[in-house]
Amino acid sequence: MTQPLFKIEDLKVSIEGKQILDGVNLTINAGEIHALMGRNGTGKSTLANTLMGHPKYEITGGKIWLAGQDITELEPEERSIAGLFLAFQYPIAIPGVNVVNFLRAALKAHRGGDMPIKDFRILLKEQMNLLSMQQSFASRYVNDGFSGGEKKRLEILQMAMLNPKMVLLDETDSGLDIDALKVVAEGINRTMTKDRGVLLVTHYQRILDFVKPNFVHVMMNGKIVKSGGPELALELEKQGYDWLGKETKHENQATAN
Amino acid sequence: MSEAIDAMNNEIGDIGTDYKYGFHDKEEFVFKSQRGLSREVIENLSRMKKEPQWMLEFRLKAYEIYMEKPMPTWANTELLNEIQFDNIYYYLRPQDSEKKNWEDVPEGIRKTFDRLGIPEAERKFLAGVTAQYESEVVYHSIREDLEKLGVKFFSMDQGLQEYPEIVKKYFGTVIPPNDNKFAALNSAVWSGGSFVYVPKGVHVAIPLQAYFRINAENMGQFERTLIIADEGSSVHYIEGCTAPTYSSDSLHSAVVELIALPGAKLRYTTIQNWSKNVFNLVTKRAQAYRDATVEWVDGNLGSKLTMKYPAIYLMEPGAHGEVLSIAFSGKDQHQDAGSKIIHAAPNTTSVITSKSISKDNGRTTYRGLVKVYPNAEGCKSSVKCDALLLNEGSRSDTYPTMEIDCENVQIGHEATVSKVGDEQLFYLRSRGLSEDAAAMMIVNGFIEPFTKELPLEYAVELNRLIQLEMEGSVG
Ligand SMILES: Nc1ncnc2c1ncn2[C@@H]1O[C@H](COP(=O)(O)OP(=O)(O)OP(=O)(O)O)[C@@H](O)[C@H]1O
Ligand SMILES: [Mg+2]
Repeated sequence: MTQPLFKIEDLKVSIEGKQILDGVNLTINAGEIHALMGRNGTGKSTLANTLMGHPKYEITGGKIWLAGQDITELEPEERSIAGLFLAFQYPIAIPGVNVVNFLRAALKAHRGGDMPIKDFRILLKEQMNLLSMQQSFASRYVNDGFSGGEKKRLEILQMAMLNPKMVLLDETDSGLDIDALKVVAEGINRTMTKDRGVLLVTHYQRILDFVKPNFVHVMMNGKIVKSGGPELALELEKQGYDWLGKETKHENQATAN
Repeated sequence: MSEAIDAMNNEIGDIGTDYKYGFHDKEEFVFKSQRGLSREVIENLSRMKKEPQWMLEFRLKAYEIYMEKPMPTWANTELLNEIQFDNIYYYLRPQDSEKKNWEDVPEGIRKTFDRLGIPEAERKFLAGVTAQYESEVVYHSIREDLEKLGVKFFSMDQGLQEYPEIVKKYFGTVIPPNDNKFAALNSAVWSGGSFVYVPKGVHVAIPLQAYFRINAENMGQFERTLIIADEGSSVHYIEGCTAPTYSSDSLHSAVVELIALPGAKLRYTTIQNWSKNVFNLVTKRAQAYRDATVEWVDGNLGSKLTMKYPAIYLMEPGAHGEVLSIAFSGKDQHQDAGSKIIHAAPNTTSVITSKSISKDNGRTTYRGLVKVYPNAEGCKSSVKCDALLLNEGSRSDTYPTMEIDCENVQIGHEATVSKVGDEQLFYLRSRGLSEDAAAMMIVNGFIEPFTKELPLEYAVELNRLIQLEMEGSVG
């Protein structure tokens, strides 16, 4: 069998000495979309940030593989260039840096050289149109004074421009109105290929109506406690997480015995 | 121009820092005073310049004031007290007369300015250029069309020779010698600088530029600039400064007086990039009359200690003043900068925006004053100071003073201090930018309100200078 695109092995993470992730295992093959759900504060963003290499998150155990390469120790920029992308739950503002210059610099880092300005402009214009973004957006400062929806669109625009192999989407659907949700979902689907993997963190079934996951996972207390198909998300929508808590407690006991 | 300089830099390579203007030429001069200042030095200098008697008297009186005034007891007194006034050369005449043709400038000096890209910049985008080397302006030119419109742009010395009546009327009126010790010193030994007069209603669409270069070790440069924008006129003046890197210090103490007559618009831009052994103690002040606008755009990157607080006196109703500044302070540097706005008339407005960046334990200070006179109803002023610290040991202090003697006014003040944020760095790095490139981008963004006010060539150059300063400085 060919190697998986992305693999997380028994990942343990702490922040400022406090353990948050307690052995996460997950394998994502090329062409697959995985949804990750779970209560507030269970460690979903911690996982996403750790995968991207945030220096604050200390890996105390486990490994991360991207296309057969161990990326556990890589710098964030190296991961990015290796083909990993994170759409942030809370994209941060970079005042004074406009979207065009930012995207040019990112693209330059990925390509190892400047793209001719003309080609860049054509590409940017095209991608912005596809995301129903006004041209004036390009000269605004990155995330500075952006509405919640605008921030999420900019994340998707970056994804489209950088064309990563493995995409982590951390609540990219949160705070979007219905139209924006469709635009963002379309952006994800349009750029999806058989070579790409997606891990989509969400609280809502709604986005999964547009972006159809192959698998759904539930995280609790820093662990993936249940995995299933798309029907799992529907069940969670109906019942919440309580029943899972009980179920997993049983499981834990079972394994303890 | 930068490619040529890069090539040059590779040649000179070993100047010890990343300061690319740190090279120096062999000293050649037609006159060099003894070290230290005396009546004799001043008399000599004035005689050599063939000055009118009143100017000599002005100088000697200023010298007395200078001798009487104590050193400032505020700001960085420790550094200030390092200045060895007796060790300084107060007057150094590099050539016998000012040239109008670039080819006539002595080869050594010409090469220096070539290296600095000056004549090339002039060809490209300037309306006129003054190049000062040590104490004297060595080269000067102005576009013919402007000359025909009656725009006067000379070295201060030549201005005094050709328009003694205008000079006498305004010289020292905005900044009298007794204003402060360094203004007195400048008034006593001033040499070079620019004299600009823009006639009524004339708009000088592209910038006039002056370039100041110190070459000799322990040199004191005391240029004096006077700009008068007559009613309804407009002009933008830019100055750039560099010096070689020596092991012992030099002193730069300029006085700049600006007068914007009713309805005039005057902008003065500085990019100060002295080497890190220069004390830069400058007095800059402007008067803005009815409906006139004065803008100081002031960038300080170099020097060991800079003390500079560009001031604007809003003299008549409708006058508007702006001070936009950045200070960049690295290892062993202290940028003590700020601004002063005096609302002396009703319905005057002002905006102060100060941005400072400290790295490698560098120090920046914002020192500002907004003063509103009792009768100055309806004034508006907003002050914004942002400091960015690049490492733990860097330091930034803010001393904003408000003296508001009038009730019906709107005054706003806002100050922030931030570190280059981990989250910002991570965001940019997660898009493939190296840590240095990410920090650079954040810094460039931080000073963007400043850079966007510069002519493009300057903005590019400034970004490059900061990039050099920034290499490997996050942490
Ligand atoms: N940078 C940080 N510093 C300190 N604690 C953190 C940090 N990041 C996360 N935590 C803590 O780790 C735990 C998991 O947080 P995380 O953001 O990963 O949750 P989440 O599953 O993404 O929640 P949500 O659904 O609300 O986004 C929380 O208790 C949170 O307070
Ligand atoms: Mg989260």
